[in-house]
Amino acid sequence: MRYLPLTDPDRTAMLEVIGASSIDALFADVPEAARLTGPIEGLPVHAGEAAVERHMARLAARNLSAAEAPFFLGAGAYRHHIPASVDHLIQRGEFLTAYTPYQPEIAQGTLQMLFEFQTQVARLFGCDVANASMYDGSTAAWEAVVMARRITKRSRVLLADGLHPHYVSTMATMARFTGDAIVYAPPKLAASCDEDALVVRIDEDTSCVVVQYPDILGRLPDLEAIAEAAHQSGALLIAVVTEPVSLGAIRSPGELGADVVVGEGQALGVGLQFGGPYLGLFATREKFVRQMPGRLTGETVDAEGKRSFVLTLSTREQHIRRERATSNICTNSGLCALAFSVHLTLLGEKGLRALAAENHRLACLAADRLGKVPGVELVNTSFFNEFALRLNGDARKAVRALADRGLLAGVSLGRLYPDQPELGGGLLVAVTETADEEDIDSLAAGLEDVLA
Amino acid sequence: MARFFTAEHEWIEVDGDSATVGITDYAQAQLGDLVFVEVPAVGTALAKGKEAAVVESVKAASDVYSPVSGTVTEANGALEDDPALVNSAAEGEGWFYRLTIADEGELDGLMDEGAYKDFVAGLD
Amino acid sequence: MNAPNRSGSKPVTPEASTNETGVQTVSGNRGLMLEERLIFEIGTGETTGVDLPQPSPEAPNRLGGLDRSAAIGLPGLSEPETVRHYTRLSRQNYAIDCGIFPLGSCTMKHNPRLNEKVARLHGFADLHPLQPEARVQGALAVIDELAEWLLALTGMQAVAMSPKAGAHGELCGILCIRAALEARGDPRAVILVPESAHGTNPATAAFAGYQVEGIPATAEGRVDLAALTARLGPDVAGVMITNPNTCGLFEPDMIAISDAVHAAGGLVYCDGANFNAIVGRVRPGDLGIDAMHINLHKTFSTPHGGGGPGSGPVVLSEALAPFAPLPFVSRQPDGHLHLIEEENAGEEHGQAFGRMSAFHGQMGMFTRALAYILSHGADGLRQVSGDAVLNANYVLRSLEDVLDAPFAHSGPCMHEALFGDAGFAEGIATLDVAKALIDEGFHPMTMYFPLVVHGAMLIEPTECESRASLDQFIASLRAVAERANAGDPLLTQAPLLAPRRRVDETAAARKPRLVWTEPTGGDTAAA
Repeated sequence: MRYLPLTDPDRTAMLEVIGASSIDALFADVPEAARLTGPIEGLPVHAGEAAVERHMARLAARNLSAAEAPFFLGAGAYRHHIPASVDHLIQRGEFLTAYTPYQPEIAQGTLQMLFEFQTQVARLFGCDVANASMYDGSTAAWEAVVMARRITKRSRVLLADGLHPHYVSTMATMARFTGDAIVYAPPKLAASCDEDALVVRIDEDTSCVVVQYPDILGRLPDLEAIAEAAHQSGALLIAVVTEPVSLGAIRSPGELGADVVVGEGQALGVGLQFGGPYLGLFATREKFVRQMPGRLTGETVDAEGKRSFVLTLSTREQHIRRERATSNICTNSGLCALAFSVHLTLLGEKGLRALAAENHRLACLAADRLGKVPGVELVNTSFFNEFALRLNGDARKAVRALADRGLLAGVSLGRLYPDQPELGGGLLVAVTETADEEDIDSLAAGLEDVLA
Repeated sequence: MARFFTAEHEWIEVDGDSATVGITDYAQAQLGDLVFVEVPAVGTALAKGKEAAVVESVKAASDVYSPVSGTVTEANGALEDDPALVNSAAEGEGWFYRLTIADEGELDGLMDEGAYKDFVAGLD
Repeated sequence: MNAPNRSGSKPVTPEASTNETGVQTVSGNRGLMLEERLIFEIGTGETTGVDLPQPSPEAPNRLGGLDRSAAIGLPGLSEPETVRHYTRLSRQNYAIDCGIFPLGSCTMKHNPRLNEKVARLHGFADLHPLQPEARVQGALAVIDELAEWLLALTGMQAVAMSPKAGAHGELCGILCIRAALEARGDPRAVILVPESAHGTNPATAAFAGYQVEGIPATAEGRVDLAALTARLGPDVAGVMITNPNTCGLFEPDMIAISDAVHAAGGLVYCDGANFNAIVGRVRPGDLGIDAMHINLHKTFSTPHGGGGPGSGPVVLSEALAPFAPLPFVSRQPDGHLHLIEEENAGEEHGQAFGRMSAFHGQMGMFTRALAYILSHGADGLRQVSGDAVLNANYVLRSLEDVLDAPFAHSGPCMHEALFGDAGFAEGIATLDVAKALIDEGFHPMTMYFPLVVHGAMLIEPTECESRASLDQFIASLRAVAERANAGDPLLTQAPLLAPRRRVDETAAARKPRLVWTEPTGGDTAAA
């Protein structure tokens, strides 16, 4: 078998050293009643590389990939062009097959990369510090809520209506067990966010207000006003960014007063991958560093005084604090953080701004074009690269009908909010630099057809 | 003024109905270089034998327990910037907090300096 | 004050450095050992490695007046500079591709490149999680096929695929237990965790709102069945057991433990971090386990990537299956694969405890794990655990004469060989031995874990090492152990030959510098 280096003569010789009669004998502690005596029956046996590749390729062919169709899906996962060198670099064995950098003397590559990543995320988000990443945006958002409870010693959590419903669901699930009270109502298909309605619900028990920016409908909430109101009541503002490319065009949440900024980093370097693995981003103010969850890389020196990097402040973590840790998390999303960091390094400030501008230009073009389709109305007054349309029919059916024609039209609000029939006509359309004007025309024509 | 010690390596110096608390020199040596000290906020009500503060070295976080019950009147703010004070002067400048003693009877059963020295000698 | 566990590293200024050749270089490089500055020191705000249209000032703007005009401070590099920067950084890392990576409890096995290749097929990699179900049947088939394998290999009833890592899987399993107990109107407050458990176990139970109580270990490094049984009662929701345990030993009383917990109305969580030692040898379902997470990055060799991403599906018993979180894949009688989400859960899965994260889990890890499983097949997976255990026992027996092996007398170990520091001379610690292995060109073993053994060294060679590789590692560790037993003071300065000497962790933690800041002298930097 190609992944197993031992030969039968090796095994025999090694068993002699050990003093055991057979490999099976080494499993003597397994209760005999439960011990298997041979390969589990009814399962296939080993297969060569060609056979496995053929099988997987056949499965892959049963999907319609974004590369094969005009593509406009977003809602928390965005398709951007990933430069070829990103994938090359993350496949270097020294990154791909390394462990968490617990031995800093032989892990400076990963550690320096993470230090650079933390700095990039902090600057992008307009915060003082960032951690070395978390599982994904939704779990990072929940961790921010837990941190807000630790800091404020309050447990009422106010979610803006524009927060991604999967994020809401994740938080509601966790809160059920931790005793935090989640206050949330789904959004209306309205042109702009209703900050006043949110702000009046902040009270003296509120630990935090969680606001997505841009929100699930692509709208741009007034974070400054919400931050001011939250701070007046002693609550924290947690901003959630699911499309980090937007921050090449719009002001950062940190700059607008957010105390914690979390996000989904998938849009840069990571790719769609049918939902995972993704990349949780987490940044905050310097004064909250010791309350932060997740791994942190810090700068220091070695015994010869050379600049070095090392995982630090690990006393917050589960392997030391056990049941008193800030989180049970014991990993980050290292390789995805590398992909994000490489992509952002290739872009640089200039490239990120150009990328964001191109996304916005195409989105404006699409919004105008699609808004003119009979039976379609543009909902948003402002947006970055994603906006909501109101169709004169069931958007979910329209999306399925368009998919049957080889057109990946967007995300219907009916899929995200099955309990809200009044949102059934809503369609989210994301337009990135991977779409061109021809794709936008195809979508307009397709919508015209299925709505006719 | 009298100084007492606990088996968990805290010291308490009593002055009337108030007292100052810290960890012993033996304790700081066991912990190694401290990187962070969390002291209780003024006004916190502490219970004898319950967590009052946390000390952290690079790889360990340890609780410091209050030798007696009482209310915190002052915390040593200097430790926030310079936790190494505990390493250099555990039983002096590296004190943790001051409190008003709720029940002087709780001092009974604490060790005096001699008893603590014997206690530590027995640990090695 | 409670007792500290001391393993922090603080560099000792070398009195006599043995690697001093006297050669000083202007660059700081030493031959192929290359130094690399930060992107913030070499990049600029004007440099980019991506060609994009230049923004036009006349372009429409619907940003609601939120334009970001101030500099962000992100340096850019051209493509050649980028490739060079990360390639130079990568060379400062040790990795499985470089040699044996014997970190106990971490399972650093070879990552087959076929798995990387199939995960990058457009049909998987370039697929949005919210595409219509009819156009992602192949992706759902990957999830479904992998789930079928996991159920067959574990003998369990259902599997929650969405948890993002082992600890996330643990949380999922414990939340299933809590949901099941609440559903039967019998919420309980306590989870029992053996003292030898990995730190995530108590952290998870606490996060889920449980009180955590320890279970003592026997002198043989196993769960003390009598002590456990004595503690069981109407307040105990369940136990979390790692099997094989963190000492690298199988719990022979596992069935009795499960029976006792069930008789007391509790449920059994098994930390499946060490499933790689028993895959194809015993099915956890046959041991009475109710929930177990499987680290796909351990047992099924998805890459560790320098610290994630992982993936932690959780297999569940019949008692817990109805409570599994959303979403999951259900196969219809006509072969169509159906994604069960919030929308349709009511009909088919009304007791789901909720959702663990956005979307459907670590798809990129599922494709890799499935390719690994198909490559090995049922026979190969049984050989995987067999060879992993053989290699660990070979290491144990080859070194027990120079290293203290506290549990070696109790029989064969599983996939890990555990040693302690009892034989080292005064002044020499496990840390020194580990760092000396770095000079020998190896990644050290896991240190100071499990906590039940003083100065623990936990070695997991995995099945991917040849006998020659093991012999080389054993010879090096033997030599270092002999120096440690003899008290060679030079060990306390190791490593002497790595890209860095011991780093000052104390300074890093006292004054954390977590982001790069402009030097105050006005150095070159990004705009």
